[in-house]
Amino acid sequence: MKTAGSVGMDRFRKQRTWRTTWEGIIPKLLLVCALVSVLTTLGIVFTLIVETARFFEEIPFVQFITGTEWTALFSGNQQKFGVLPLISGTLLVTAGAALVAIPLGLAAAIYLSEYAHDRVRRVLKPVLEILAGIPTVVYGFFAFTFVTPLLRGTFFPDMGPFNALSASIVVGIMIIPMIASLSEDAMSSVPRGIREAAYAMGSTRLEVALRVVVPAALSGIIASFVLGISRAIGETMIVTIAAGATPKLTFDPTDSIQTMTAYMVQAASGDISFGSTAYKSIYAVGMTLFVFTMIMNLLAQYISRRFKEEY
Amino acid sequence: MAEQAVQTKPAIRVENLDLYYGEKQALYNVSMDVAENSVTALIGPSGCGKSTFLRTLNRMNDLIPGVRIEGNIELYGKNIYDRDIDVEMLRKEVGMVFQAPNPFPKSIYDNVAYGPRIHGITSKKKLDEIVEKSLRQAALWDEVKDRLKDRATGLSGGQQQRLCIARALAVEPEIVLMDEPTSALDPISTSKIEELVQELKEKYTIVIVTHNMQQAARVSDKTAFFLNGELIEYDDTNTLFSNPGNKKTEDYITGRFG
Ligand SMILES: Nc1ncnc2c1ncn2[C@@H]1O[C@H](COP(=O)(O)OP(=O)(O)O)[C@@H](O)[C@H]1O
Ligand SMILES: [Mg+2]
Repeated sequence: MKTAGSVGMDRFRKQRTWRTTWEGIIPKLLLVCALVSVLTTLGIVFTLIVETARFFEEIPFVQFITGTEWTALFSGNQQKFGVLPLISGTLLVTAGAALVAIPLGLAAAIYLSEYAHDRVRRVLKPVLEILAGIPTVVYGFFAFTFVTPLLRGTFFPDMGPFNALSASIVVGIMIIPMIASLSEDAMSSVPRGIREAAYAMGSTRLEVALRVVVPAALSGIIASFVLGISRAIGETMIVTIAAGATPKLTFDPTDSIQTMTAYMVQAASGDISFGSTAYKSIYAVGMTLFVFTMIMNLLAQYISRRFKEEY
Repeated sequence: MAEQAVQTKPAIRVENLDLYYGEKQALYNVSMDVAENSVTALIGPSGCGKSTFLRTLNRMNDLIPGVRIEGNIELYGKNIYDRDIDVEMLRKEVGMVFQAPNPFPKSIYDNVAYGPRIHGITSKKKLDEIVEKSLRQAALWDEVKDRLKDRATGLSGGQQQRLCIARALAVEPEIVLMDEPTSALDPISTSKIEELVQELKEKYTIVIVTHNMQQAARVSDKTAFFLNGELIEYDDTNTLFSNPGNKKTEDYITGRFG
């Protein structure tokens, strides 16, 4: 026997309409999109590993990692594959960039989070993020056509047109917005009550910033440094344009050097033959670079988890 | 009692105080004297201006953009809104404890030593002394003396609040302002802090905001009743609760509104 009530309940019975079908398809579609990027990444890592392994069939690993001469693009038996000069070039630029970017980035973050009025912050924060989006080739030409001549005209008259110094300064400038923005995020998530307590004891603004807020946000701040440094290690255009193409084991910033990334660009855009040792060396250097930036990123994650403040 | 109050010079004298948040007026013509070594309770429904008033006494309102003030506030005869006032030194003399415990994410020791350090004390021995003394004053020493290096954020809420009191006392203020210091705490921690307030009165002048009338009655010598930014009635706590002079006060303490 059908009652009015049970007729009404029919409305809730499952029906196959385009809406339910669509709902069933959507998650699968999204999964495919996610898989594409995961698979691409895996593919890249796989190629990297395979070609690197082939490279080490020809050049012993120890020779690669301890060799002090890199002349991969020379002809025939003059080729040497010691990666240390490329590593030192990378580290030289990275260290210089960190020296520029850490103090300035942190100062900018302190200004934004502790000193700037709301209105100023609301303008400056987006500007910083736009700066972070300038193509690095622009920074590269800035280094080559402005910073290097400036340095040569003032403090370093003997310096060549290609040098690690101007590249590291400009890589530093490039990562300032990133460090400032991430550090500012960390600092503004320090609760207001903690600042108030410090002010109520007679702290000046600077004391509140340096003795309370920065220590309280330290994990986030250090993570921003590490991520910035990781960016510097992987930076390519600026060093390719401004730092030179002479792999050299040196710690003199006024020298012309070559970084790992700049070598990869040079090799890949030159006419080396497919399958040659020089060709495979691109992958070996890429792998080395990958290991470096991976370590930095893991370090950043570790720091922000391990030292996360509970307020 | 009334005569005594006339004889001792007030620690705090507020005259015709108006305060505006931008266009909005939050305090209307408030005048009151607070005697030295006394506990004064500020009561009233929420939003009536108790915190605002309290924060004029150590100029914490300066940190809020757009706050404007008219009238006079004197501490020990000195107008604290004068041009030649060093706000940092003023806040050193007028300590503050907040509604929610707000220890720094540092060790227990470093929390208490923070104030003395920024005011120039560097000697380890002196700092040790201050830390112990302040923690004893805040009745926390016995509970934490073996773990001074531990993080303050690992303490219980009640312990954190007593730590905040110790931290405020460590810079040796004359006046201690407390803004609903027990509203986030359990009853046992609350009564510990109430006892503490009684003890601290020996050395400090205390102004305490509370929305709990029993608490006001238990801990204070004088009580001020605020309503809509006005000071409605200010009298000895016993008198105010047993024989209020104003109809509005009576309505509030008998629970007819608020
Ligand atoms: N920072 C502020 N800006 C604007 N108005 C405020 C601010 N702080 C408090 N007020 C207003 O001032 C009045 C008094 O607030 P408050 O002093 O916090 O009251 P109480 O502590 O008695 O609850 C309220 O109407 C509140 O909305
Ligand atoms: Mg309040």
